[in-house]
Amino acid sequence: MTAFILLRLAEIAAIVLFILGLHFLSSPATARFGNRLAAAGMLIAIIAALAPSHGYGWWAILVGVVIGTAVGLYSALKVKMTAMPQMVALFNGAGGGAAAAVSTVQYLLWERAHYAGVPLDVLTDVSLVISAIIGAVSAAGSVIAFLKLQELMTGRPITYRGQQFVNGIVALAIAGLAAWVMITLGVQPTWAYGVMVALALVLGVMFVLPIGGADMPVVISLLNSFTGLAVAITGFELRYNLLIIAGTLVGASGTMLTVLMGKAMNRPLRNVLFGAFGASGGMDVAAAKGGQQNVRSVTVDDVAVMLAFAQQVIVVPGYGMAVAQAQHSVRELADQLEKRGVTVKYAIHPVAGRMPGHMNVLLAEANVPYNQLYDMDDVNPEFARTDVALVIGANDVTNPAARNVASSPIYGMPILDVDKAANVIVLKRSMRSGFAGIENPLYEDPKTAMLFGDAKASVDSLISAVKAL
Amino acid sequence: MSELSIFFTLLTVFVLAIFVGFEVISKVPTTLHTPLMSATNAIHGIVLVGAIIVTVKLLDPGHALATPLLTTITIVAVALGTINVVGGFAVTERMLQMFKKREPAKK
Repeated sequence: MTAFILLRLAEIAAIVLFILGLHFLSSPATARFGNRLAAAGMLIAIIAALAPSHGYGWWAILVGVVIGTAVGLYSALKVKMTAMPQMVALFNGAGGGAAAAVSTVQYLLWERAHYAGVPLDVLTDVSLVISAIIGAVSAAGSVIAFLKLQELMTGRPITYRGQQFVNGIVALAIAGLAAWVMITLGVQPTWAYGVMVALALVLGVMFVLPIGGADMPVVISLLNSFTGLAVAITGFELRYNLLIIAGTLVGASGTMLTVLMGKAMNRPLRNVLFGAFGASGGMDVAAAKGGQQNVRSVTVDDVAVMLAFAQQVIVVPGYGMAVAQAQHSVRELADQLEKRGVTVKYAIHPVAGRMPGHMNVLLAEANVPYNQLYDMDDVNPEFARTDVALVIGANDVTNPAARNVASSPIYGMPILDVDKAANVIVLKRSMRSGFAGIENPLYEDPKTAMLFGDAKASVDSLISAVKAL
Repeated sequence: MSELSIFFTLLTVFVLAIFVGFEVISKVPTTLHTPLMSATNAIHGIVLVGAIIVTVKLLDPGHALATPLLTTITIVAVALGTINVVGGFAVTERMLQMFKKREPAKK
Protein backbone atom coordinates (compact mmCIF):
# COMPACT_ATOMS: atom_id res chain seq x y z
CA MET A 1 0.00 0.00 0.00
CA THR A 2 2.74 2.44 0.97
CA ALA A 3 4.56 1.59 -2.22
CA PHE A 4 1.42 2.25 -4.23
CA ILE A 5 0.95 5.68 -2.63
CA LEU A 6 4.59 6.58 -3.15
CA LEU A 7 4.43 5.64 -6.82
CA ARG A 8 1.27 7.67 -7.46
CA LEU A 9 2.83 10.64 -5.67
CA ALA A 10 5.98 10.30 -7.77
CA GLU A 11 3.86 10.42 -10.92
CA ILE A 12 2.12 13.56 -9.73
CA ALA A 13 5.51 15.08 -8.94
CA ALA A 14 6.65 14.32 -12.48
CA ILE A 15 3.56 16.01 -13.93
CA VAL A 16 4.10 19.09 -11.77
CA LEU A 17 7.74 19.25 -12.83
CA PHE A 18 6.79 19.07 -16.53
CA ILE A 19 4.30 21.91 -16.21
CA LEU A 20 6.61 24.07 -14.11
CA GLY A 21 9.44 23.31 -16.49
CA LEU A 22 7.43 24.60 -19.45
CA HIS A 23 6.41 27.60 -17.38
CA PHE A 24 10.02 28.53 -16.64
CA LEU A 25 10.89 28.12 -20.33
CA SER A 26 8.98 31.31 -21.01
CA SER A 27 11.86 33.60 -20.05
CA PRO A 28 15.46 33.40 -21.25
CA ALA A 29 16.67 33.99 -17.69
CA THR A 30 14.91 30.95 -16.25
CA ALA A 31 14.68 28.72 -19.31
CA ARG A 32 17.62 26.53 -18.38
CA PHE A 33 16.16 25.88 -14.96
CA GLY A 34 12.88 24.98 -16.65
CA ASN A 35 14.55 22.46 -18.92
CA ARG A 36 16.25 20.84 -15.94
CA LEU A 37 12.99 20.67 -14.00
CA ALA A 38 11.38 18.85 -16.90
CA ALA A 39 14.36 16.49 -17.15
CA ALA A 40 14.10 15.78 -13.42
CA GLY A 41 10.40 15.03 -13.91
CA MET A 42 11.34 12.55 -16.62
CA LEU A 43 13.85 10.81 -14.36
CA ILE A 44 11.26 10.47 -11.58
CA ALA A 45 8.73 9.09 -14.06
CA ILE A 46 11.21 6.48 -15.30
CA ILE A 47 12.13 5.40 -11.76
CA ALA A 48 8.45 5.16 -10.85
CA ALA A 49 7.87 2.90 -13.87
CA LEU A 50 10.79 0.63 -13.00
CA ALA A 51 10.18 0.42 -9.25
CA PRO A 52 7.25 -2.03 -9.16
CA SER A 53 8.60 -4.31 -11.89
CA HIS A 54 10.48 -6.94 -9.81
CA GLY A 55 13.38 -6.63 -12.22
CA TYR A 56 11.46 -8.34 -15.03
CA GLY A 57 12.81 -7.35 -18.39
CA TRP A 58 15.41 -5.02 -16.94
CA TRP A 59 18.12 -6.51 -19.11
CA ALA A 60 16.14 -5.60 -22.23
CA ILE A 61 15.39 -2.13 -20.89
CA LEU A 62 19.06 -1.68 -20.07
CA VAL A 63 20.10 -2.66 -23.60
CA GLY A 64 17.62 -0.19 -25.07
CA VAL A 65 18.55 2.61 -22.69
CA VAL A 66 22.29 2.19 -23.28
CA ILE A 67 21.86 2.24 -27.07
CA GLY A 68 19.43 5.15 -26.89
CA THR A 69 21.60 7.19 -24.54
CA ALA A 70 24.70 6.65 -26.66
CA VAL A 71 22.95 7.67 -29.88
CA GLY A 72 20.92 10.51 -28.37
CA LEU A 73 23.73 12.06 -26.37
CA TYR A 74 26.28 11.73 -29.16
CA SER A 75 24.05 13.43 -31.73
CA ALA A 76 22.89 16.10 -29.28
CA LEU A 77 26.44 17.08 -28.42
CA LYS A 78 27.80 16.89 -31.96
CA VAL A 79 25.05 18.65 -33.88
CA LYS A 80 25.79 22.13 -35.22
CA MET A 81 23.39 24.87 -34.16
CA THR A 82 22.54 25.48 -37.81
CA ALA A 83 21.34 21.89 -38.07
CA MET A 84 19.07 22.15 -35.03
CA PRO A 85 15.75 21.91 -36.91
CA GLN A 86 16.60 18.57 -38.52
CA MET A 87 17.99 17.27 -35.22
CA VAL A 88 14.70 18.07 -33.49
CA ALA A 89 12.91 16.38 -36.37
CA LEU A 90 14.91 13.19 -35.87
CA PHE A 91 14.36 13.10 -32.10
CA ASN A 92 10.69 13.67 -32.78
CA GLY A 93 10.66 10.81 -35.25
CA ALA A 94 12.24 8.57 -32.62
CA GLY A 95 9.40 9.41 -30.22
CA GLY A 96 6.76 8.69 -32.86
CA GLY A 97 8.47 5.42 -33.72
CA ALA A 98 8.57 4.45 -30.05
CA ALA A 99 4.82 5.11 -29.70
CA ALA A 100 4.09 2.95 -32.75
CA ALA A 101 6.40 0.20 -31.47
CA VAL A 102 4.73 0.19 -28.02
CA SER A 103 1.32 -0.15 -29.65
CA THR A 104 2.55 -2.92 -31.92
CA VAL A 105 3.88 -4.91 -28.97
CA GLN A 106 0.59 -4.36 -27.17
CA TYR A 107 -1.28 -5.59 -30.23
CA LEU A 108 0.84 -8.71 -30.70
CA LEU A 109 0.74 -9.48 -26.97
CA TRP A 110 -2.96 -9.21 -26.91
CA GLU A 111 -3.32 -11.26 -30.06
CA ARG A 112 -1.49 -14.08 -28.31
CA ALA A 113 -3.66 -13.64 -25.23
CA HIS A 114 -6.75 -13.55 -27.41
CA TYR A 115 -6.00 -16.96 -28.83
CA ALA A 116 -5.69 -18.08 -25.22
CA GLY A 117 -9.24 -16.88 -24.72
CA VAL A 118 -8.79 -13.46 -23.10
CA PRO A 119 -10.93 -10.83 -24.87
CA LEU A 120 -9.59 -7.32 -25.34
CA ASP A 121 -11.46 -4.29 -24.12
CA VAL A 122 -12.59 -1.65 -26.57
CA LEU A 123 -10.53 1.17 -25.07
CA THR A 124 -7.19 -0.60 -25.49
CA ASP A 125 -8.18 -1.85 -28.93
CA VAL A 126 -9.15 1.53 -30.33
CA SER A 127 -6.36 3.53 -28.73
CA LEU A 128 -3.57 1.21 -29.75
CA VAL A 129 -4.67 1.31 -33.38
CA ILE A 130 -4.83 5.12 -33.40
CA SER A 131 -1.54 5.64 -31.62
CA ALA A 132 0.21 3.17 -33.94
CA ILE A 133 -1.04 5.06 -37.00
CA ILE A 134 -0.21 8.56 -35.75
CA GLY A 135 3.15 7.43 -34.38
CA ALA A 136 4.11 5.81 -37.69
CA VAL A 137 3.04 8.83 -39.76
CA SER A 138 5.05 11.09 -37.46
CA ALA A 139 8.15 8.87 -37.53
CA ALA A 140 8.26 8.54 -41.32
CA GLY A 141 7.36 12.19 -41.90
CA SER A 142 10.11 13.31 -39.52
CA VAL A 143 12.71 11.28 -41.37
CA ILE A 144 11.73 12.92 -44.68
CA ALA A 145 11.82 16.36 -43.01
CA PHE A 146 15.31 15.52 -41.76
CA LEU A 147 16.48 14.39 -45.21
CA LYS A 148 15.15 17.56 -46.81
CA LEU A 149 16.69 19.94 -44.28
CA GLN A 150 19.98 18.06 -44.24
CA GLU A 151 19.89 18.38 -48.03
CA LEU A 152 20.30 14.66 -48.46
CA MET A 153 17.34 15.00 -50.80
CA THR A 154 16.02 18.00 -52.66
CA GLY A 155 14.39 20.71 -50.56
CA ARG A 156 12.06 21.51 -53.43
CA PRO A 157 8.53 20.18 -53.25
CA ILE A 158 8.19 16.80 -54.94
CA THR A 159 4.87 16.74 -56.75
CA TYR A 160 3.16 14.72 -59.41
CA ARG A 161 -0.24 14.67 -60.99
CA GLY A 162 -2.97 13.25 -58.79
CA GLN A 163 -0.75 13.32 -55.73
CA GLN A 164 -3.49 14.35 -53.35
CA PHE A 165 -5.76 11.73 -54.83
CA VAL A 166 -3.16 9.01 -54.19
CA ASN A 167 -2.58 10.29 -50.64
CA GLY A 168 -6.32 10.28 -50.10
CA ILE A 169 -6.56 6.67 -51.25
CA VAL A 170 -3.75 5.64 -48.88
CA ALA A 171 -5.44 7.47 -46.01
CA LEU A 172 -8.73 5.73 -46.83
CA ALA A 173 -7.03 2.34 -46.95
CA ILE A 174 -5.49 3.00 -43.53
CA ALA A 175 -8.86 4.05 -42.14
CA GLY A 176 -10.49 0.94 -43.60
CA LEU A 177 -7.89 -1.42 -42.16
CA ALA A 178 -8.03 0.41 -38.82
CA ALA A 179 -11.80 -0.01 -38.67
CA TRP A 180 -11.44 -3.68 -39.52
CA VAL A 181 -8.79 -4.24 -36.83
CA MET A 182 -10.85 -2.34 -34.26
CA ILE A 183 -14.22 -3.92 -34.98
CA THR A 184 -13.17 -7.52 -35.35
CA LEU A 185 -11.08 -7.27 -32.17
CA GLY A 186 -8.26 -9.41 -33.46
CA VAL A 187 -10.18 -12.10 -35.31
CA GLN A 188 -8.67 -10.68 -38.50
CA PRO A 189 -5.24 -11.95 -39.53
CA THR A 190 -2.12 -10.23 -38.20
CA TRP A 191 -1.21 -8.96 -41.67
CA ALA A 192 -4.09 -6.47 -41.54
CA TYR A 193 -2.42 -4.71 -38.62
CA GLY A 194 0.99 -4.95 -40.31
CA VAL A 195 -0.24 -3.49 -43.58
CA MET A 196 -2.02 -0.73 -41.68
CA VAL A 197 1.22 0.35 -39.95
CA ALA A 198 3.21 0.02 -43.20
CA LEU A 199 0.68 2.23 -45.03
CA ALA A 200 0.87 4.77 -42.20
CA LEU A 201 4.63 4.95 -42.76
CA VAL A 202 4.05 5.42 -46.49
CA LEU A 203 1.53 8.17 -45.78
CA GLY A 204 4.05 9.93 -43.52
CA VAL A 205 6.56 9.97 -46.38
CA MET A 206 4.09 11.06 -49.02
CA PHE A 207 2.59 13.78 -46.90
CA VAL A 208 5.94 15.52 -46.36
CA LEU A 209 7.33 15.03 -49.92
CA PRO A 210 5.32 17.84 -51.57
CA ILE A 211 6.23 20.36 -48.87
CA GLY A 212 9.10 22.72 -49.70
CA GLY A 213 12.17 23.26 -47.55
CA ALA A 214 11.06 26.74 -46.49
CA ASP A 215 7.91 25.30 -44.93
CA MET A 216 9.70 22.47 -43.16
CA PRO A 217 9.74 24.22 -39.73
CA VAL A 218 5.95 24.29 -39.76
CA VAL A 219 5.93 20.60 -40.62
CA ILE A 220 8.36 19.76 -37.82
CA SER A 221 6.20 21.62 -35.35
CA LEU A 222 3.12 19.83 -36.63
CA LEU A 223 4.84 16.43 -36.45
CA ASN A 224 5.93 17.32 -32.92
CA SER A 225 2.30 17.74 -31.96
CA PHE A 226 1.43 14.50 -33.79
CA THR A 227 3.94 12.60 -31.69
CA GLY A 228 2.58 14.28 -28.57
CA LEU A 229 -0.88 13.12 -29.52
CA ALA A 230 0.32 9.59 -30.31
CA VAL A 231 1.97 9.44 -26.87
CA ALA A 232 -1.18 10.74 -25.16
CA ILE A 233 -3.23 8.04 -26.87
CA THR A 234 -0.65 5.45 -25.82
CA GLY A 235 -1.50 6.74 -22.33
CA PHE A 236 -5.16 5.77 -22.90
CA GLU A 237 -3.98 2.39 -24.10
CA LEU A 238 -1.91 1.80 -20.96
CA ARG A 239 -4.34 3.73 -18.71
CA TYR A 240 -1.52 5.90 -17.58
CA ASN A 241 -2.25 9.53 -16.72
CA LEU A 242 1.39 10.54 -16.91
CA LEU A 243 1.60 9.68 -20.60
CA ILE A 244 -1.72 11.33 -21.32
CA ILE A 245 -0.74 14.58 -19.62
CA ALA A 246 2.82 14.84 -20.94
CA GLY A 247 1.76 13.84 -24.46
CA THR A 248 -1.15 16.26 -24.48
CA LEU A 249 0.98 19.16 -23.22
CA VAL A 250 3.23 18.61 -26.22
CA GLY A 251 0.32 18.11 -28.60
CA ALA A 252 -1.25 21.38 -27.49
CA SER A 253 1.99 23.35 -27.55
CA GLY A 254 2.99 21.95 -30.93
CA THR A 255 -0.39 22.90 -32.36
CA MET A 256 -0.09 26.38 -30.92
CA LEU A 257 3.43 26.87 -32.35
CA THR A 258 2.27 25.59 -35.73
CA VAL A 259 -0.53 28.14 -35.78
CA LEU A 260 1.81 30.95 -34.69
CA MET A 261 4.24 30.09 -37.47
CA GLY A 262 1.46 29.98 -40.02
CA LYS A 263 0.50 33.48 -38.88
CA ALA A 264 4.10 34.70 -39.15
CA MET A 265 4.11 33.61 -42.78
CA ASN A 266 0.51 34.64 -43.33
CA ARG A 267 -0.31 31.22 -44.70
CA PRO A 268 -3.09 29.01 -43.46
CA LEU A 269 -1.93 25.52 -42.51
CA ARG A 270 -3.88 23.99 -45.38
CA ASN A 271 -1.83 26.01 -47.81
CA VAL A 272 1.46 24.93 -46.18
CA LEU A 273 0.51 21.27 -46.31
CA PHE A 274 -1.10 21.08 -49.73
CA GLY A 275 0.15 24.20 -51.52
CA ALA A 276 3.53 22.78 -52.72
CA PHE A 277 4.90 26.24 -52.00
CA GLY A 278 7.87 27.31 -54.10
CA ALA A 279 7.34 24.69 -56.78
CA SER A 280 6.31 27.23 -59.37
CA GLY A 281 4.79 30.71 -59.24
CA GLY A 282 7.70 32.93 -58.28
CA MET A 283 10.05 31.28 -60.71
CA ASP A 284 7.78 32.09 -63.66
CA VAL A 285 7.70 35.77 -62.76
CA ALA A 286 11.49 35.83 -62.66
CA ALA A 287 11.85 34.03 -65.94
CA ALA A 288 9.47 36.45 -67.66
CA LYS A 289 11.53 39.38 -66.45
CA GLY A 290 14.74 37.73 -67.59
CA GLY A 291 16.09 37.63 -64.05
CA GLN A 292 17.23 40.53 -61.96
CA GLN A 293 19.99 42.57 -63.55
CA ASN A 294 19.64 46.17 -62.42
CA VAL A 295 21.48 45.86 -59.17
CA ARG A 296 24.19 48.11 -57.83
CA SER A 297 27.21 46.62 -56.15
CA VAL A 298 29.56 48.40 -53.76
CA THR A 299 33.01 47.87 -52.32
CA VAL A 300 33.87 46.93 -48.79
CA ASP A 301 35.40 50.34 -48.10
CA ASP A 302 32.23 52.21 -49.10
CA VAL A 303 30.16 50.05 -46.81
CA ALA A 304 32.64 50.46 -43.95
CA VAL A 305 32.38 54.25 -44.17
CA MET A 306 28.59 54.13 -44.27
CA LEU A 307 28.46 51.90 -41.24
CA ALA A 308 31.08 53.72 -39.20
CA PHE A 309 29.42 57.12 -39.58
CA ALA A 310 25.87 55.95 -39.10
CA GLN A 311 23.75 56.71 -36.07
CA GLN A 312 21.86 53.50 -36.10
CA VAL A 313 22.51 50.26 -37.93
CA ILE A 314 20.07 47.38 -37.99
CA VAL A 315 21.50 43.99 -38.81
CA VAL A 316 19.05 41.65 -40.53
CA PRO A 317 20.54 38.17 -40.23
CA GLY A 318 19.29 35.25 -42.24
CA TYR A 319 20.04 31.61 -42.65
CA GLY A 320 22.74 32.50 -45.21
CA MET A 321 24.72 34.11 -42.40
CA ALA A 322 24.50 30.95 -40.35
CA VAL A 323 25.52 28.74 -43.26
CA ALA A 324 28.63 30.88 -43.79
CA GLN A 325 29.28 30.65 -40.01
CA ALA A 326 29.48 34.44 -40.06
CA GLN A 327 27.63 35.10 -36.81
CA HIS A 328 30.81 35.48 -34.75
CA SER A 329 32.24 37.94 -37.26
CA VAL A 330 28.96 39.85 -37.32
CA ARG A 331 29.10 40.20 -33.58
CA GLU A 332 32.68 41.47 -33.82
CA LEU A 333 31.67 44.01 -36.45
CA ALA A 334 28.84 45.18 -34.20
CA ASP A 335 31.31 45.55 -31.32
CA GLN A 336 33.57 47.70 -33.49
CA LEU A 337 30.64 49.88 -34.54
CA GLU A 338 29.41 50.27 -30.98
CA LYS A 339 32.86 51.41 -29.94
CA ARG A 340 32.42 54.24 -32.41
CA GLY A 341 29.07 55.14 -30.89
CA VAL A 342 26.81 53.51 -33.47
CA THR A 343 23.63 51.94 -32.12
CA VAL A 344 23.39 48.36 -33.40
CA LYS A 345 20.21 46.35 -33.31
CA TYR A 346 19.35 42.97 -34.70
CA ALA A 347 16.03 42.50 -36.44
CA ILE A 348 14.74 38.97 -36.12
CA HIS A 349 11.90 37.84 -38.33
CA PRO A 350 9.71 35.20 -36.67
CA VAL A 351 10.72 32.65 -39.30
CA ALA A 352 14.34 33.73 -39.74
CA GLY A 353 16.54 30.68 -39.90
CA ARG A 354 14.79 27.42 -40.39
CA MET A 355 12.65 27.31 -37.31
CA PRO A 356 10.97 30.00 -35.23
CA GLY A 357 13.56 31.34 -32.83
CA HIS A 358 16.35 29.52 -34.67
CA MET A 359 18.15 32.78 -35.45
CA ASN A 360 18.07 33.72 -31.77
CA VAL A 361 19.84 30.48 -30.95
CA LEU A 362 22.45 31.04 -33.64
CA LEU A 363 23.17 34.59 -32.46
CA ALA A 364 23.22 33.47 -28.84
CA GLU A 365 25.87 30.97 -29.90
CA ALA A 366 27.93 33.96 -31.08
CA ASN A 367 27.45 35.65 -27.69
CA VAL A 368 25.10 38.32 -28.95
CA PRO A 369 23.13 39.37 -25.87
CA TYR A 370 19.46 38.51 -26.30
CA ASN A 371 18.27 41.98 -25.27
CA GLN A 372 19.85 43.35 -28.46
CA LEU A 373 17.59 41.18 -30.59
CA TYR A 374 14.33 42.76 -31.67
CA ASP A 375 11.17 41.06 -32.86
CA MET A 376 9.66 42.15 -36.14
CA ASP A 377 6.86 44.22 -34.63
CA ASP A 378 9.24 46.11 -32.36
CA VAL A 379 11.86 46.80 -34.97
CA ASN A 380 9.78 47.69 -38.02
CA PRO A 381 9.02 51.28 -36.91
CA GLU A 382 12.77 51.68 -36.31
CA PHE A 383 13.82 51.25 -39.94
CA ALA A 384 12.63 54.75 -40.87
CA ARG A 385 15.08 56.11 -38.30
CA THR A 386 17.90 53.87 -39.44
CA ASP A 387 20.84 54.90 -41.58
CA VAL A 388 21.91 51.47 -42.70
CA ALA A 389 20.07 48.20 -42.80
CA LEU A 390 22.66 45.45 -43.15
CA VAL A 391 21.01 42.38 -44.62
CA ILE A 392 23.25 39.35 -44.17
CA GLY A 393 22.09 36.21 -45.89
CA ALA A 394 18.41 37.01 -45.41
CA ASN A 395 16.17 37.14 -48.43
CA ASP A 396 12.49 36.26 -48.41
CA VAL A 397 11.80 37.93 -45.05
CA THR A 398 12.92 41.28 -46.53
CA ASN A 399 11.05 40.96 -49.80
CA PRO A 400 8.80 44.00 -50.33
CA ALA A 401 6.85 41.99 -52.91
CA ALA A 402 5.11 40.48 -49.90
CA ARG A 403 3.60 43.92 -49.28
CA ASN A 404 2.66 45.09 -52.72
CA VAL A 405 2.79 42.39 -55.41
CA ALA A 406 -0.47 40.53 -55.17
CA SER A 407 0.71 37.83 -57.57
CA SER A 408 3.78 36.99 -55.48
CA PRO A 409 3.63 33.62 -53.71
CA ILE A 410 4.61 35.33 -50.46
CA TYR A 411 2.10 38.17 -50.84
CA GLY A 412 0.70 39.06 -47.43
CA MET A 413 3.55 37.58 -45.41
CA PRO A 414 4.64 40.08 -42.76
CA ILE A 415 8.18 41.19 -43.58
CA LEU A 416 10.93 43.32 -42.10
CA ASP A 417 10.60 46.79 -43.64
CA VAL A 418 14.28 47.14 -44.51
CA ASP A 419 13.43 49.21 -47.58
CA LYS A 420 12.34 52.03 -45.22
CA ALA A 421 15.92 52.51 -44.05
CA ALA A 422 18.01 55.29 -45.61
CA ASN A 423 20.44 52.74 -47.06
CA VAL A 424 20.24 49.04 -47.53
CA ILE A 425 23.33 46.89 -47.86
CA VAL A 426 22.75 43.32 -48.88
CA LEU A 427 25.50 40.78 -48.32
CA LYS A 428 24.90 37.94 -50.69
CA ARG A 429 26.86 35.17 -52.30
CA SER A 430 25.25 35.58 -55.71
CA MET A 431 21.97 36.62 -57.28
CA ARG A 432 20.50 33.20 -56.68
CA SER A 433 17.00 33.48 -55.24
CA GLY A 434 16.12 32.54 -51.68
CA PHE A 435 15.05 29.30 -50.04
CA ALA A 436 11.51 29.83 -51.27
CA GLY A 437 12.77 30.42 -54.82
CA ILE A 438 11.27 33.90 -55.24
CA GLU A 439 12.90 37.00 -56.76
CA ASN A 440 13.39 39.95 -54.45
CA PRO A 441 12.67 43.44 -55.84
CA LEU A 442 14.49 44.93 -52.84
CA TYR A 443 17.74 44.35 -54.73
CA GLU A 444 16.66 46.64 -57.55
CA ASP A 445 15.73 49.45 -55.18
CA PRO A 446 17.98 52.50 -55.85
CA LYS A 447 18.71 52.70 -52.11
CA THR A 448 20.04 49.19 -52.13
CA ALA A 449 23.62 48.18 -52.78
CA MET A 450 24.90 44.65 -53.00
CA LEU A 451 28.11 43.39 -51.47
CA PHE A 452 28.74 40.08 -53.20
CA GLY A 453 30.81 37.30 -51.73
CA ASP A 454 30.91 34.82 -48.90
CA ALA A 455 29.17 36.40 -45.90
CA LYS A 456 31.96 35.59 -43.47
CA ALA A 457 34.72 36.87 -45.74
CA SER A 458 32.76 40.06 -46.45
CA VAL A 459 32.07 40.76 -42.80
CA ASP A 460 35.69 40.03 -41.87
CA SER A 461 36.95 42.53 -44.41
CA LEU A 462 34.35 45.02 -43.17
CA ILE A 463 35.77 44.63 -39.67
CA SER A 464 39.29 45.48 -40.77
CA ALA A 465 38.04 48.33 -42.96
CA VAL A 466 36.11 49.84 -40.06
CA LYS A 467 39.11 49.42 -37.77
CA ALA A 468 41.31 51.19 -40.30
CA LEU A 469 39.07 54.27 -40.44
CA MET B 1 -14.67 0.61 -12.08
CA SER B 2 -16.29 -0.01 -15.40
CA GLU B 3 -14.44 0.37 -18.67
CA LEU B 4 -16.53 3.37 -19.59
CA SER B 5 -15.91 5.29 -16.39
CA ILE B 6 -12.16 4.64 -16.68
CA PHE B 7 -12.33 6.06 -20.18
CA PHE B 8 -14.10 9.18 -19.00
CA THR B 9 -11.65 9.73 -16.16
CA LEU B 10 -8.79 9.55 -18.66
CA LEU B 11 -10.65 11.77 -21.10
CA THR B 12 -11.13 14.41 -18.40
CA VAL B 13 -7.41 14.42 -17.72
CA PHE B 14 -6.75 14.68 -21.46
CA VAL B 15 -9.06 17.66 -21.91
CA LEU B 16 -7.66 19.50 -18.90
CA ALA B 17 -4.11 18.90 -20.15
CA ILE B 18 -4.99 20.51 -23.49
CA PHE B 19 -5.89 23.70 -21.70
CA VAL B 20 -2.82 23.62 -19.47
CA GLY B 21 -0.69 23.10 -22.60
CA PHE B 22 -2.12 26.10 -24.42
CA GLU B 23 -1.98 28.24 -21.30
CA VAL B 24 1.64 27.51 -20.43
CA ILE B 25 2.96 27.83 -23.98
CA SER B 26 1.15 31.02 -24.95
CA LYS B 27 3.52 33.01 -22.74
CA VAL B 28 6.72 31.89 -24.41
CA PRO B 29 8.38 34.62 -26.54
CA THR B 30 9.53 33.93 -30.11
CA THR B 31 13.14 34.16 -28.94
CA LEU B 32 12.70 30.87 -27.15
CA HIS B 33 10.58 29.00 -29.66
CA THR B 34 13.38 26.74 -30.86
CA PRO B 35 14.44 25.64 -27.35
CA LEU B 36 10.75 25.34 -26.48
CA MET B 37 10.07 23.07 -29.40
CA SER B 38 13.05 20.96 -28.52
CA ALA B 39 12.08 20.80 -24.81
CA THR B 40 8.48 19.77 -25.55
CA ASN B 41 9.96 17.29 -27.98
CA ALA B 42 11.96 15.82 -25.11
CA ILE B 43 8.85 15.70 -22.90
CA HIS B 44 6.95 13.49 -25.32
CA GLY B 45 9.85 11.13 -24.79
CA ILE B 46 7.70 10.06 -21.82
CA VAL B 47 6.69 7.34 -24.26
CA LEU B 48 9.85 5.70 -22.90
CA VAL B 49 7.86 5.02 -19.73
CA GLY B 50 5.23 3.32 -21.87
CA ALA B 51 7.95 1.26 -23.52
CA ILE B 52 9.30 0.26 -20.09
CA ILE B 53 5.85 -0.80 -18.87
CA VAL B 54 5.27 -2.94 -21.94
CA THR B 55 8.72 -4.51 -21.72
CA VAL B 56 8.17 -5.44 -18.08
CA LYS B 57 4.80 -6.96 -18.92
CA LEU B 58 6.27 -8.89 -21.84
CA LEU B 59 9.23 -10.31 -19.96
CA ASP B 60 7.31 -11.16 -16.79
CA PRO B 61 8.25 -14.85 -16.45
CA GLY B 62 4.83 -15.58 -14.93
CA HIS B 63 3.09 -14.98 -18.25
CA ALA B 64 5.56 -16.63 -20.63
CA LEU B 65 4.61 -14.27 -23.44
CA ALA B 66 7.98 -13.32 -24.83
CA THR B 67 9.06 -14.22 -28.33
CA PRO B 68 12.29 -13.06 -29.98
CA LEU B 69 10.32 -10.76 -32.29
CA LEU B 70 8.37 -9.13 -29.47
CA THR B 71 11.48 -8.74 -27.33
CA THR B 72 13.29 -7.08 -30.24
CA ILE B 73 10.43 -4.64 -30.82
CA THR B 74 10.36 -3.64 -27.14
CA ILE B 75 14.11 -3.05 -27.10
CA VAL B 76 13.73 -0.89 -30.20
CA ALA B 77 10.89 0.99 -28.49
CA VAL B 78 12.99 1.61 -25.38
CA ALA B 79 15.98 2.70 -27.47
CA LEU B 80 13.89 5.12 -29.58
CA GLY B 81 12.22 6.54 -26.47
CA THR B 82 15.60 7.03 -24.83
CA ILE B 83 17.00 8.80 -27.91
CA ASN B 84 14.00 11.12 -27.75
CA VAL B 85 14.44 11.87 -24.03
CA VAL B 86 18.22 12.08 -23.73
CA GLY B 87 18.80 13.79 -27.08
CA GLY B 88 15.94 16.22 -26.53
CA PHE B 89 16.96 17.42 -23.12
CA ALA B 90 20.68 17.52 -23.94
CA VAL B 91 20.19 19.57 -27.07
CA THR B 92 17.86 21.99 -25.28
CA GLU B 93 20.39 22.42 -22.49
CA ARG B 94 23.10 23.14 -25.08
CA MET B 95 21.00 25.83 -26.71
CA LEU B 96 19.93 27.47 -23.49
CA GLN B 97 23.49 27.60 -22.18
CA MET B 98 24.19 30.14 -24.86
CA PHE B 99 21.44 32.61 -24.04
CA LYS B 100 23.10 35.47 -22.21
CA LYS B 101 21.93 38.89 -21.22
CA ARG B 102 24.07 41.93 -21.82
CA GLU B 103 26.00 42.73 -18.66
CA PRO B 104 25.11 46.18 -17.30
CA ALA B 105 28.54 47.49 -18.38
CA LYS B 106 28.95 50.45 -20.75
CA LYS B 107 27.54 53.40 -18.87
